[in-house]
Amino acid sequence: MDDVRFRGTPSSGVVETAASEVFVVELAEFSGPLDLLLSLIRDEQIDIYDIPIARIAEQFLARISTLKLDEAADYLEMAARLVRIKAQMLLPRREGEDVWDDPRAELVRRLLEYQQVREVVNVLERRSEERRGRFARAYTQQAVQLPVAGPLRISLPELLSAVDRVLRLAKKPHIHDVIPRALDVDGAIGIVRALLAIRAHAHWKDVVPKKAEPWEVLSLLLALLELAKLGELRLLQPRPFAAFEINRDSSSEAA
Amino acid sequence: MTPLAKLLEAALFASAVPVPADALRVMAAHADDGESTLESALAELRDHYDNEGHGVELIEVAGGWQILTRPEYTEAIERAQLAARPQRLSAAALETLAIIAYRQPIGRAEIEEIRGVGAGAILKSLNERGLIDITGRGEGLGRPLLYGTTPSFLEQFALRHLEELPRADELAIALRAPRPATPTSVATTKDNGEAPPRAD
Repeated sequence: MDDVRFRGTPSSGVVETAASEVFVVELAEFSGPLDLLLSLIRDEQIDIYDIPIARIAEQFLARISTLKLDEAADYLEMAARLVRIKAQMLLPRREGEDVWDDPRAELVRRLLEYQQVREVVNVLERRSEERRGRFARAYTQQAVQLPVAGPLRISLPELLSAVDRVLRLAKKPHIHDVIPRALDVDGAIGIVRALLAIRAHAHWKDVVPKKAEPWEVLSLLLALLELAKLGELRLLQPRPFAAFEINRDSSSEAA
Repeated sequence: MTPLAKLLEAALFASAVPVPADALRVMAAHADDGESTLESALAELRDHYDNEGHGVELIEVAGGWQILTRPEYTEAIERAQLAARPQRLSAAALETLAIIAYRQPIGRAEIEEIRGVGAGAILKSLNERGLIDITGRGEGLGRPLLYGTTPSFLEQFALRHLEELPRADELAIALRAPRPATPTSVATTKDNGEAPPRAD
């Protein structure tokens, strides 16, 4: 039984760790696509200024597939770049065109630049070995003396006042709470319809209850406009800023 | 030894990190040892260690001075577990460090452009090891963080100052100007007969 259960776990464990960590491809052999490319060029003893792109691209692809690196974006990006340069090299050059932009130029520039970096790395490596072989006087920071935990000697009122102090510090000033409240236009339509069923005329203040919340006022306003649009009522405002009158639209009723 | 040389020895012994030359100069001024200057006292101390058979030596590093054990005793010290050599950095970390050392202050995108590989994790670990630090923010989109090397970098790579790294024109291939080179400039480099890559 144990055996069976054990066989089940490793695969799930692998999946978990792979998902929780960032996927980083770093081979001991190559520190990146440029490194791999340089090593191919070196192995083949190729002139860096005249790279046979087709051959190198092919080898690069072969290497990253044998290295099981297909998923590594950085290597794939370089592979794509090589294939693109290969394609550009195949384009026929126009007759009489004196300036030819070598599609490999940018790659050559990057390779040369990267080679410089490798050169500096050699210097740094030598220097660091030199330093690693020597020790400075070790300075150990005095460990902080942690207070020994003993029984707490404190009275209940002291404890409560301490809690109070902490809470008062912890309490954030209450400024304003925004409570999202949906408008209830359907409900308001119901109210207006019920009112108009018994009365042909009404005023704004008949519809809006006293001490109405802003959301109620807005709901009613929208309900009135909606009903006016539907032709169930007509709104009339005798003069600017006056309370408007609500009339049941008898013409629509007749229809 | 002169009084000043002895004072400097004590000061350097007391410190775990290189003592900046300025700090030593202040000490020397206070000591008021009429007959010796800071330079002569340091030279005297160095000669003392070198010529009279000592297990330590005086090293000038990171803009200061430090007493270090001699390399021939490293193995024995390490075997006795009194001290341990720091871990070597990976090739990727060294490349990143090299780029920062030459191009600082430099943003992550530019480092990635040169190496052709993402640099996030490496920058973080170099920063944790105290070799690089954030020195500011760039002008570009999103105001990227800019990195530079720290004094600890100089110390761990036994450099007195950054200028001790080979100058760009001393490298087999001259370090390009920060602006992107044009195809013509690549051609020029070739025409100048600059050393082509060694085929080793």
